Order: sequence, then structure tokens, then C-alpha cells
Amino acid sequence: MSKQQTVPMIFNQVKQMNWPTLNQFLSATALPIVGIVIFLGLWSLMAKNIDTSLGKFPGPSAVWQQSKVLVEEHNTQQDKAEKFYVRQEQRNVARVAKDPSYEPKIRAFTGAPTFFEQIWTSLYTVMVGFLVASLLAIPLGILCGLSKNAYTAINPLIQLFKPVSPLAWLPLVTMVVSAVYVSSDPMFSKSFITSAVTVALCCLWPTLINTAVGVSSIDKDLLNVSKVLRLNALSHVIKIVLPSSIPAIFTGLRLSLGIGWMVLIAAEMLAQNPGLGKFVWDEFQNGSSESLARIMVAVLTIGVIGFALDRLMLVLQRKFSWDKSAVLR
Amino acid sequence: MTNLKCLSALKVVVKSLRLGVMSAVVTGSLITSGVSAEELGYAEKEELKFGFIKLTDMAPLAIAYEKGYFEDEGLYVTLEAQANWKVLLDRVIDGQLDGAHMLAGQPLGATIGYGTKADIITAFSMDLNGNAITVSNDIWKEMKKHVPHEDGKPVHPISADSLKPVVADFKSKGKPFKMGMVFPVSTHNYELRYWLAAGGIHPGYYAPHKGDTSGQINADALLSVTPPPQMPSTMEAGTINGYCVGEPWNQQAVFKGIGVPVVTDYEIWKNNPEKVFGVSKTWAEKNPNTHIRVVKAMIRAAMWLDENNNANRPEAVKILAKSQYVGADYEVIANSMTGTFEYEKGDKRDVPDFNVFFRYNATYPFYSDAIWYLTQMRRWGQISEPKADSWYTEIAKQVYRPDIYAQAAKALIAEGKAKAVDFPKFATETGYKPAQTHFIDNIVYDGSEPNAYLEKFAIGLKQDSKI
Repeated sequence: MSKQQTVPMIFNQVKQMNWPTLNQFLSATALPIVGIVIFLGLWSLMAKNIDTSLGKFPGPSAVWQQSKVLVEEHNTQQDKAEKFYVRQEQRNVARVAKDPSYEPKIRAFTGAPTFFEQIWTSLYTVMVGFLVASLLAIPLGILCGLSKNAYTAINPLIQLFKPVSPLAWLPLVTMVVSAVYVSSDPMFSKSFITSAVTVALCCLWPTLINTAVGVSSIDKDLLNVSKVLRLNALSHVIKIVLPSSIPAIFTGLRLSLGIGWMVLIAAEMLAQNPGLGKFVWDEFQNGSSESLARIMVAVLTIGVIGFALDRLMLVLQRKFSWDKSAVLR
Repeated sequence: MTNLKCLSALKVVVKSLRLGVMSAVVTGSLITSGVSAEELGYAEKEELKFGFIKLTDMAPLAIAYEKGYFEDEGLYVTLEAQANWKVLLDRVIDGQLDGAHMLAGQPLGATIGYGTKADIITAFSMDLNGNAITVSNDIWKEMKKHVPHEDGKPVHPISADSLKPVVADFKSKGKPFKMGMVFPVSTHNYELRYWLAAGGIHPGYYAPHKGDTSGQINADALLSVTPPPQMPSTMEAGTINGYCVGEPWNQQAVFKGIGVPVVTDYEIWKNNPEKVFGVSKTWAEKNPNTHIRVVKAMIRAAMWLDENNNANRPEAVKILAKSQYVGADYEVIANSMTGTFEYEKGDKRDVPDFNVFFRYNATYPFYSDAIWYLTQMRRWGQISEPKADSWYTEIAKQVYRPDIYAQAAKALIAEGKAKAVDFPKFATETGYKPAQTHFIDNIVYDGSEPNAYLEKFAIGLKQDSKI
């Protein structure tokens, strides 16, 4: 049990409170609110005193203002898109009338992506990269955990590549993707593949290592049970190995997803691939008096999404874990 | 019957474009013999992606998009900001972009193989002028002592003579004097070099044959590359002492209070050609109608930008201030786009021709403009071998394609969207501007004699010199 949880409990005993539910409610809801309020206060105080060449550092109210502007921009863009499709239909009809051999086609709106579309692009990219990495890392991790020899063979590679910054991979990935991924009608854009592969490269390691550790530290008794029952290799993995290493695997997955999300933003900034990172970089380049506030909106959004992804993994872990009583945080 | 004739004439034109054998001039005159709007076929490629750098001179692209001129041509264009000029060029070469807002030197540099070798052509010049040189506040404080004043205000144009003592001072203290420009073959590099050299400050030579592409051999001022939008912050961080860049990044320095623009490129060379719209040659050969239609849309955009004595500029500024285009504040962009330029804070002067998009035949791709860039590449050693006058002409004709421009302009005239008087007389236009006299050092430039022109400079390589 960690410190944070012990503190309120001691507090509880000392005060001899009669309403533990109220106390629980307070600690669960009020304390985070207090934290946030203090943070907002400090933030607006600090913001007022930081003068950048783009004006004052944005405080909470400026950021709130800009988040509303971003919503508004999204709505106007939506309107524009609708008109674009209407115009396009008319143009197609006119052209078919003149040139019957023409096969009319509806093209996607050509306007710039809005903030919310960028969020969606980033989320989609990180999930694909993460899934690819997990599909590779979990089987490989199980192999490493089961076989000491496989582990000894792969370990040096893991240790070598694990500490490599994702951004060092990026130029290589970019060049390889443009060379290898050639098709006249690509299903995915190159920038998407580049980002997803970079994310995948960085998501591999925590899952791989944690899975290997989890698998190799399965309870001896369980292994003996498997031996006594003479389970074949596949049932051994399914009935014994996977259930007992689920917590470790999920620890790895959660770490991976967190890293993947951070890596993606950086990769988008550097490679100018569509997504939240690109949004941040574009705003930085714009250097308008609202740019900093807009970047701050993006920063907070990135944080909220990162948090949400982590919670999502936690929920999944609870669902898959056989030991429902284990404390997960 | 006449229709058939016209069609066959068009076929010949298209063929000659494809083969690239017929000289541009011949093609141009063929077109005069009777191509009208009806014959211009539909676009071969309707979904296009164009790249740009966040600078106000990308305006023709933004306007052509926002005003629906691209759609009028049946083109569905996506505009995408690029990180820097190198990325932009590479993406045009490898086909990720169909075309892009480019530095005039980029298609030329790519064609002669300075940097990435690739055949890039241009049929549309995007603007005249639009750049300035800015120095940091500290440098300006020192420089100002040597600038002649009248009524308490500095007399413009300010020459680099007043910067010379500052650079000498840096040198004597053993400190490097550094300035930023946006790309080795950028207008800004040549303009900055021109200005420095005219004031007796050596900007350094390139020696690509020795593997030296830093451009700092014998340099008094060390020039290096910084992407335009990062110029102000790089200077603010003290990495560079000044820079030459397009708008709004000079006015941004004034607004941020971090530097002072000292000279505009209008003062260095009046009505100098600046950006072009570049596409790869293979793309142009595959999509001739598309190319003409793109140029048509952009000519209309340029006309709109200069219409009624810049009446539409405030609206244009509003569009450019959107975050997907230039994205700087309205006031910053408006400063230069609406015919004024703020030097020192508060010292706002009228420069009505600071950004020219259409008048003075700004959009026509003149061979002599291409040749001027080639002379500067030779002057600073980017072209390391001596070249004959005929070589300059040949390269200019490979890269600059007034024939395509003429087809677009004629189609517009036929549709009643433009008037013939607004364009050069296509039948007689040679592509060479008359000798130009408006340079800051009063040296006259005649595009037909590039080597003789090189002889006129005190600093710089001459026809036969080698490093």
C-alpha cells in the first residue's frame, strides 16, 4: 500500500471520525479539486508575470477563451465543408451534361483540418501503432519468458534498442516508408504510416520486457500443476501462462501506450505529419498573439487524452485480470 | 472545320510539350494561331495538393482557394504548410506535393543540380519584392551612429556601409557576426549578399566542388539557414544578429520589439522577382491541362490581389491571418500588405509596391529573372565552373515556361476574365526585361549579358575565376 492511501487512513484514526463515507467522499473528490484550484491560481499568477515576445503567457481564462474559438472554427469549417459538397455536386452535374463520359466522383473536403480532426488523427495513429507493437511484443515476450535461451539471444537487442529516442528512428522510418510503401492508390497516407511505425517501434519494449518478466516469474506451483496435468504447450500458455502474467503484461501495455502517445506528438511535430503535434508546431510558427493560448489548449488536451488512455487500459486490465481483488492503480 | 484545325494545333502543342523538343518560343507562337477557351481540355488530375511556407507571398494560393478560382477550373486543391524549403522541394520532387510556392532559385538550383538534382519548372511568378533585412536591437544601436539622418529620422535606403564598422568591431573582438537567410538558393540569400557586398562586407563564397556548401569562405559575415517562421525567435535567442526574410517575419520583429528592419528588397532592387510556383517537369508533362488551369486560377488570384489599387488587400490580410495560412496577427500582416512598412518602431513609411502580385507583369516568368539568379549563383560560387552566356539562356529556357503562362492567360482573355492589355504582348515578348537600373549600388543588369554583368561587381566571382 502506498503512502497516499495510508495518509488519509491515519488521519481517519486520529480524528476518530464517525462518517467514513463522507471522509472518503472528501478525499476522493474534494482533494483533487483543491489541487486543481491551487494549480489554476498559481498558473494565472505566474502567467501574469511572464512576458514573452508574443505578449503575456496565457492564463486559464485566455486558454478557455481559445478553446471556445477552436470549437467555433471547427463549426465554421463544417459549414464550409457542406457548401463545398453542394458546389461539387453542381459542378459534377454540369460536367456530366457536357461530357457524358465523365464519371462523377465526390472528393473529400479540401479545407485545413480543424483542431478536433487533428485530435482524431493522433488518436487513430497511436492506437494503430500501439496495436501493431502489442501484437509483436506479447508473443515475443512470452517466448522470452518461457525459454531462457530465447531470452539470452534477444536480450542484447532489447537492451540496445530500448533506450533509443523515437526521434532518432524518425528519419530512417520516413525514408524507408517512402521507399517501400509505394502504391498508386494508397489506403493510408505515407505520413500516417511513418507516424504509426515510429510509435510502434517505441511501444515494443516496455510490453516485451514486462511480458517476459511476468511469464518467467510464474508461481512454481502452477508450473507443477501444468506438468502433473501434462498440458501441451498451447494449453500451457493459454491456461497457465497468460492468466498468471496478465498483470505484468498490462503494466507493460500501459507503459507502452503512455510512451507511444508522447512519442507520437513529438514525431508529428518533427515530421510535420498531421495530428496534434503538427497543430502545436503550426501555432508556434504562426507566432500570433493567440498562439500560446492555443498551444496551451493543445497541451491540456494531450494531457487529458493521455490520462483517458491510461484509465482505459486500467479498465481493460481489470476486466482481463483473474484476480479481481488485486489493487490496481 | 476550324474547330478541327484548332484541335490538331492543340495536339501538336501538347505533343511538343511532352517531347520537350520544340523551343518554347515556337510553341508560344503556335498558340497565338488559335487556341481559345473551349479547346482547353479538362484537368487530367483533379485532386491536387500544393505546399507553401508561411509567408505573405503565398497569398495567390490562398486567394485562389478561398475565392473558388481553383474550383472554377475543376480543381480540388488542398493547401498544406511545409516545415522548411528543403522539405517542400523534396516533397515536390518525390510527388507528395503536386506543386508549391517556391523560391525563384529553387527550380533553377534543382535543375542545375545545386542541392537535390531534379527537373523543376515554373510557369508562374508569384510576386515582386516582399522581403527585408532586419538586425537585432543591439546591432541597430551601433549601426544607427553611422546612418545619415534627416529631421531626426534615418535616411533610407540604408546601405550596408553603416553596418561595416559594426562587423569590423565584431571581427576585432574575435566574435563571429552571424546572419540568417532562409535557404542557400533563396532570394533572401542573394539579396542579403548583394546588400552586404554593396557595402563592402564579404558574405563568403561557396565551393561545392570541394564539398564546401557552407558559403562562408572569406566571409566577414557568416550566413546560415533558418526557416522563415523561426527567424524572430532565433534572433531573440541570440543565435543570429540579423536576417533577411519575407513578410510578416520582419514586421513581427518590430511588434515583438526584438529588432529593426533596416532595408527592404524593394530598395535593394526595385521590383525584383521573388517566389515562383514550381512543379516537377514530369508532373507538368503528365498533366498539361491541369498545369494551365492552375496557372489560370493563380493569375486570377494575383489580379484580385492588386485590383483597384490594392483595394482587396485588407480582405486578403484577413484570410492570410487564419492559422492554416500565415497565421500571424492581422496587424502584423497588414503592415506590409497594405502598402506601408514599419522600420524602427513608430517609423512607418509608405512602400506601396512592397508586395506586388500582378502589376508590372509580376506573374510573367521572364527569362531575364531566371538569369539574374543564375548570375548570383555564379557570383557566390554555387556554380563553381565558368559558364558561357548561352548556358545561362539555355537553363533559363528549360526552367521558365512563359509558353504555359501564355496559354493560361489567353484562355482567361477568351473567357472574358482578363484583358489582353494586362499581359505582355505574347507574340513579340522575348522574355528579357530591358536593362534594369534600380539597384542599390546603381549597377545596371542586362539579362542578355550575364558574364559582362558579373565583371561589374567589386566583390564576387567573375566569369573565369575559380576558388
